[in-house]
Amino acid sequence: MTQTAQTWIILGATSSMARAMARRLAKEGAMLILCGRDMEDLAASAEDCKARGASEALAMRFDARDNATFGPIVERAILNEGALNCAVFVGSMPEQSAINAEPSLIDGVVQDSHIGPATFLSMLAPHMEARGQGTVVGVGSVAGDRGRIGNYVYGSAKAGFATYLSGLRNRLTRAGGHVVTVKPGFVDTAMTWGIEGMFLVASPDAVAKDILRAVEKKKNVIYTPFFWRYIMLIIRHIPEFIFKKMSI
Amino acid sequence: MTWNTVTYAGWGRARSATGQVARPERQSSLLRDLANFAAPAFGMRRSYGDVALNDGGRAYDMTRLDRVVSFDPETGIVEVEAGIPIGDLGRAFAAKGWIPPVMPGTGFATVGGCIANDVHGKNHHVKGSFGQHVTAITLVQGAEVKTITPKSGAIWKATVGGLGQTGVIAKAKLQLMPCKGDMMVLTERRIDNLDEFLVAFDESKTDYTVGWIDATATGAHLGRGILEEGEITSGINTSKEGAKAVPFNAPGWALSAPVVRVFNELYFRRVPAKGRTSVKPITEPFFPLDAIHDWNRLYGKRGFNQFQCVVPPERVDVLRGMLEKIGASHLASPLAVLKKMGAGRGGYMSFPMEGYTLAVDFPNKDGAEELIKELTDMAQDAGGRIYFAKDGVAEATQVAGMYPEQDKWQRAVEKADPEGAMMTDLVRRLNLRESAKES
Repeated sequence: MTQTAQTWIILGATSSMARAMARRLAKEGAMLILCGRDMEDLAASAEDCKARGASEALAMRFDARDNATFGPIVERAILNEGALNCAVFVGSMPEQSAINAEPSLIDGVVQDSHIGPATFLSMLAPHMEARGQGTVVGVGSVAGDRGRIGNYVYGSAKAGFATYLSGLRNRLTRAGGHVVTVKPGFVDTAMTWGIEGMFLVASPDAVAKDILRAVEKKKNVIYTPFFWRYIMLIIRHIPEFIFKKMSI
Repeated sequence: MTWNTVTYAGWGRARSATGQVARPERQSSLLRDLANFAAPAFGMRRSYGDVALNDGGRAYDMTRLDRVVSFDPETGIVEVEAGIPIGDLGRAFAAKGWIPPVMPGTGFATVGGCIANDVHGKNHHVKGSFGQHVTAITLVQGAEVKTITPKSGAIWKATVGGLGQTGVIAKAKLQLMPCKGDMMVLTERRIDNLDEFLVAFDESKTDYTVGWIDATATGAHLGRGILEEGEITSGINTSKEGAKAVPFNAPGWALSAPVVRVFNELYFRRVPAKGRTSVKPITEPFFPLDAIHDWNRLYGKRGFNQFQCVVPPERVDVLRGMLEKIGASHLASPLAVLKKMGAGRGGYMSFPMEGYTLAVDFPNKDGAEELIKELTDMAQDAGGRIYFAKDGVAEATQVAGMYPEQDKWQRAVEKADPEGAMMTDLVRRLNLRESAKES
């Protein structure tokens, strides 16, 4: 894939998956706009990307719960010529038990994982349509495929976001753009470090590699690593009258 | 979750540890966690023995803190997070005309590890040790974060080559060296015995010089091998390197004495009798084994130990004695390296000293540890020393006196880490922080 003169906005760029993807894009000479809340960390990643070949890398503030941070990013991105692309890695997952005890936490989860990124992408979409190109990568989760006792609020927010991405794909495709929905299984990140019950854990870089291959091949929905497609196929097909008694 | 209980090993896999490990992904989380709990740090664990292990205690895995933080193209000074592998740094900057002036034998070693072990490269006789090119270190001592430089005195010299005992290295600034490209002109020629090797080292004019030794050779061929001499040249490597991997532990016979003898014979004859010169991407001569991921599995699940020592230049007799002992043991593996070192060193506990350094891998078989201990005694008697980045076998009494500035290091370490929170398995095994004080 040649990413020369490609602009990539990366939302949630402090996550290790996002970092790995930014690095791979940097090696291809992309112009990167790394967005998140930890500005010191983003500045370090921006320098790192420049050192590894990015033709430009800057850090900008993005808070999924603060719409006022969205506009400046879009405005900065459209100054660049050529294709506009955006990868969304944001989301938050408090313990389900914490949410059960304090239901108002749901607001934040849905804002971080669905409303915030969907609002941002809806602001960016007209510019992508106008340019007749560009790809959106939306990182969902296998948790969005079926509501489970352990994390169904997070799962429902990701399911909502996946449905949004499906609609956005429908919209951008007719304008020459594309949307890739990514559903990672267990990834070896700070979020999963030390959590019991993890298996077949993928490295962030392996996920990033899968994502960029999916972008290149214009895949619609990918599971990464690939075998999660089959795991989730089985899980989705368990009849509800059985599933409701399971705790997986 | 911050702490995860894992079992981890040194590169040789003959030593392992089980304990809680944190793997921060941001500087802010590293600082927060260290303020709560001071513990030693490790990187890619390419040190062979137990210098980076903390069995039963906690440790910080630095591999996710692996970014270039800033670069000044005017001066060539780069600031990096400690977990960046030195080979990544080399690859990122070679195309911009800069290269780390010192690189160890594996590109997977992290910058933090390169500093803590004050590593050397094939150009030690020209450029000295790694630590001599470091211009600043961000050192974290519990809740305290300080920036130290070569002007900071004892704490600097106790940190460079200091085995991580003064605190956790979070970031460092390095002075890169301008380079013409990322290719190397490499000349290889056969050397028939040890005497010839010594002459060849003296006559060598190249920046990068190293000898591969056939440690199975005896008699008239004792010390035979191949001399590699390299210079960086212009040109940019465009080939896509695809690394191979060793998929599983090799069986015990894979590196048995007859196999090694045959392999070494073939390896020796691979280079034509009249020698040869070729141009290669620098990564090949710099990191010859990095092209095979997990090559330590070739030694099987019991792992291996490496013995590396340096002896003063006038003690060639000891070098010869060591090679005789190794040849007679039938325990050597194909990996054996001889190099003439300069005097360059960055800290109190830095390994390099003027003389000859010999490194040999031994599969973790019966008799190997005893042999390594005998070799360690020989190095000690000769006024030489062993390399802590490689050791997993020596006893405390054997290393006494090897490092003449150990007392200065101990005083600085005592001040920096009075609680002993940074101690690792090697430091405990060799009683490094106490031994000289008692005597």
